[in-house]
Amino acid sequence: MKIIILGAGQVGATLADNLAGEANDVTVVDTDNALLTELADRLDIRIIQGYASYPYVLRQAGANDADMIIAVTESDEINMVACQIAYTLFHTPTKIARVRAAGYLHESDLFNQEALPVDMLISPEQLVTDYIRRLIQYPGALQVVDFADGRVRLVAVKAYYGGPLVGQELREINEHIPGVETRVAAIFRRGKPIIPEGATVIEAEDEVFFLAAKPDIKKVISEMRKSDKPVKRVMIAGGGNIGLRLAKALEDYTQVKVIERNRERARHLAEELDKTVVLVGDAASENLLLEENIESVDVFCAITNDDEANILSAMLAKQLGASKALALINRLAYVDLVEGSSVDIAISPQQSTVSALLAHVRRGDVVRVHNLRRGAAEAIEAVAHGDPQSSKVVGKAIEDIDLPKGATIGAIVRGEQVLMAHHDTVIEPEDHVILFMVNKKLTPEVEKLFQVGVTFL
Amino acid sequence: MSVVQQAIVHWAPVQRILGLLLMMFSFNMLPPAAVGLIYGDGGVGAFLTGFAIVFALGGTVWFPVRMRRRELKIRDGFAVVVMFWVVLGLFGAVPLYLSDRPYLSITDAVFESVSGLTTTGATILVGIDTLPHSILWYRQQLHLLGGMGIIVLAVAILPLLGVGGMQLYRAETPGPMKDAKLAPRITETAKTLWFIYMGLVVICTAAYWFAGMNFFDALSHATSTIATGGFSTHDQSMGYFDSKLIESIAVVFMILGSLNFALHFFAFRGGGFKPYWNDPETRLFFFAISAVTVVCTVYLFIAGNYAGLTDSFMASVFQVISIGTTTGFTTAEYTLWPSFLPMLLLLGSFVGGCAGGTTGGMKVMRFVLIFKQGSREIMQLLHPSAELPVKIGYKRVPERVIKAVWGFFAVYILIFVAMLLILMGTGLGEVTAWSAVAACLNNLGPGLGEVASNMATINDPAKWVLIVAMFLGRLEIFPLLVLLSPAFWRR
Repeated sequence: MKIIILGAGQVGATLADNLAGEANDVTVVDTDNALLTELADRLDIRIIQGYASYPYVLRQAGANDADMIIAVTESDEINMVACQIAYTLFHTPTKIARVRAAGYLHESDLFNQEALPVDMLISPEQLVTDYIRRLIQYPGALQVVDFADGRVRLVAVKAYYGGPLVGQELREINEHIPGVETRVAAIFRRGKPIIPEGATVIEAEDEVFFLAAKPDIKKVISEMRKSDKPVKRVMIAGGGNIGLRLAKALEDYTQVKVIERNRERARHLAEELDKTVVLVGDAASENLLLEENIESVDVFCAITNDDEANILSAMLAKQLGASKALALINRLAYVDLVEGSSVDIAISPQQSTVSALLAHVRRGDVVRVHNLRRGAAEAIEAVAHGDPQSSKVVGKAIEDIDLPKGATIGAIVRGEQVLMAHHDTVIEPEDHVILFMVNKKLTPEVEKLFQVGVTFL
Repeated sequence: MSVVQQAIVHWAPVQRILGLLLMMFSFNMLPPAAVGLIYGDGGVGAFLTGFAIVFALGGTVWFPVRMRRRELKIRDGFAVVVMFWVVLGLFGAVPLYLSDRPYLSITDAVFESVSGLTTTGATILVGIDTLPHSILWYRQQLHLLGGMGIIVLAVAILPLLGVGGMQLYRAETPGPMKDAKLAPRITETAKTLWFIYMGLVVICTAAYWFAGMNFFDALSHATSTIATGGFSTHDQSMGYFDSKLIESIAVVFMILGSLNFALHFFAFRGGGFKPYWNDPETRLFFFAISAVTVVCTVYLFIAGNYAGLTDSFMASVFQVISIGTTTGFTTAEYTLWPSFLPMLLLLGSFVGGCAGGTTGGMKVMRFVLIFKQGSREIMQLLHPSAELPVKIGYKRVPERVIKAVWGFFAVYILIFVAMLLILMGTGLGEVTAWSAVAACLNNLGPGLGEVASNMATINDPAKWVLIVAMFLGRLEIFPLLVLLSPAFWRR
């Protein structure tokens, strides 16, 4: 696929990395030559220096025969105008834009072919907010991602001593929690993937990925670790866009405190928020944290736009007694460094943005893609089309499908119904199949399975 | 880890790629063997043995480390490219050394092979007309491979090089700025370049054939024309055909071979002549060759070497372009011209053709940059506080590139002088030594004096020095120097 990425910032660069690795023709446009050359040194892409929304720059980047344009520059306006130009001048089939400002996002009539032809809007702030909110909803979870509009969720938890299922074989899970349908998709033990079978024993410190319908998730988590108390008190360090959205989403059912350094901004936050306590000060100040009873905080979220400050304040909060600390970290190298030890969960905004975008790029009919374990593993939701003649999956029982080693089918969503995968479940046309790949290199093979043969056309 | 283990981990991927490339290159021996079969000239054995030796060697190098995959770093790129060229230059000599006609010493075989691969076109052979067709075709095929670059070919057909392909590509392609990609992906870019290159060879072959050469000569000369190499299947080079039409065809295709291939691509994609006209480098290139041609024509006419103005012009234009594009075809009389002209042409070969073409020399682009930088200095002296960027086609050239051009220029001249002195030290006369170094460093081919038509008579140590000069010229010096620098090995 020929893809033009506008903007070589963090999201643009991560996207280029992901897409170029999947054998797409990627062209990246940015005004900053240094960023571009640095990227071209590392990746097999073409770079064009120029102003991303100028038609001649787009033409230079190959907009005439591009299949997709992804506008992720710093500016919402450039992103939207670039999509408009791609539509008007080049008839680019798919146009994706990152739009941050809530002012635009709230106007649902704005983004259509007559007005602003953007096929998909991405708002990283919204994605990150949702992500954190899900994590707070399930204390104990390391990662929670949605499939089939949230009907099925994939959850990663770390197993602990004291969890009823720890030390037991997987097949006993049904006896432990009767009536709950769940399926363990993979287990990572000391960083190495294990394909789970009935006889696999869960050990403490295992990272367990399981699929379950939304209402059952809490019950499954409580099997893996001593039940975590529901979150009552949240402290948010950093009152930027994400901080504001998060506080707004949480303040109705939890006690929220926001720490913001800038007094002007804090005043604005206080006006926007009703029940939240807005504190002016430094999130890394020991005194402030102690004074605000950090020891009774259930979740501390460090979400300023400074990686180092986030890591340090999260560490400090944890040391002072916060039960759990989250940090927003842009640099992937830092994520590996701190996650699981000094900070409980590292949130990488690019990963969530990229996951959301990847679904559009993938072949076959892949409607949802989630990067897991910092991009090493992947879970996808693919739609099975066709009939038993034209499709490699439809009409087959799961055990007969020719999946590559390391890929498992976790669940099937049929209409409103969620079915956990059993070896004899037969896939029907239009089923949404949720698959887990311990290594994302397997994904292209899996996607091929879901492509319909030519006879279907 | 011990030092040895570290070295193994570090070099294994380089060794793996080197082995693969060698195995790929060994197939290069098969077409000449086929030619030998067709003409029944007895050259088959040498090529089959050569194939077996190089293939086995590549396999031996590759097999122990076949699983060691790792992305190539910039440093590895240099190592692979330089080692590959050097190893190929040496092993390309195997069939030449093995065959009994011509009967060559190791030095001569290596010299001929390197000269072919670097598209220099200097030869140590005499009596070329009587050699087997297989040997003749092999020499031309070395030109063919070396012209666009063997690494570029490898990147095009071996997807397994992955991202590392870019590092290799950059270490091999000539010119001061190497980031221009014709397609988003490096393999596509490399494929496109080879496609254009082979397309030109095909068209050129047809033109020569049409003009009266036999098919073998047409194909052979087409490869050395487009690759701007200069090997011929005849002792008298292009003079053998004695045809104005053939010379005119050669002129056109030598120019095409020395332009930036990216421009051919844009022209082919529907740009017509505009891409050439809009390119400052191409314009200067045409201006320079026209100016030198005019000087030559007038000088020859006044000196009375040729009867009329037309004859003087025809002789001048062919010779100016042949030397200026570092091809090195000759039409006999050129060394008999008044000594001002051969000197002028040889100096012209230092400029060479455009970056991104198949020529040697320092490339027109570098001279454009040097010239612009010089005029900027003058402007800056007049307007001390002016902000004066050096621009090429409305785009600012990074200061880093300009500095690199000066560095390149200085090192090029320094190496030239050093080699000149060494050659004179081995006992060659000044004119011979001077022109031999220029001819090899610029990948030109023929020199003056003793080396005017071939280099058979010079001594062995001098030949080895010239072999190094040819490598330095083809790889544009720095990759080779990088490998020789202590910092490279210190990691």
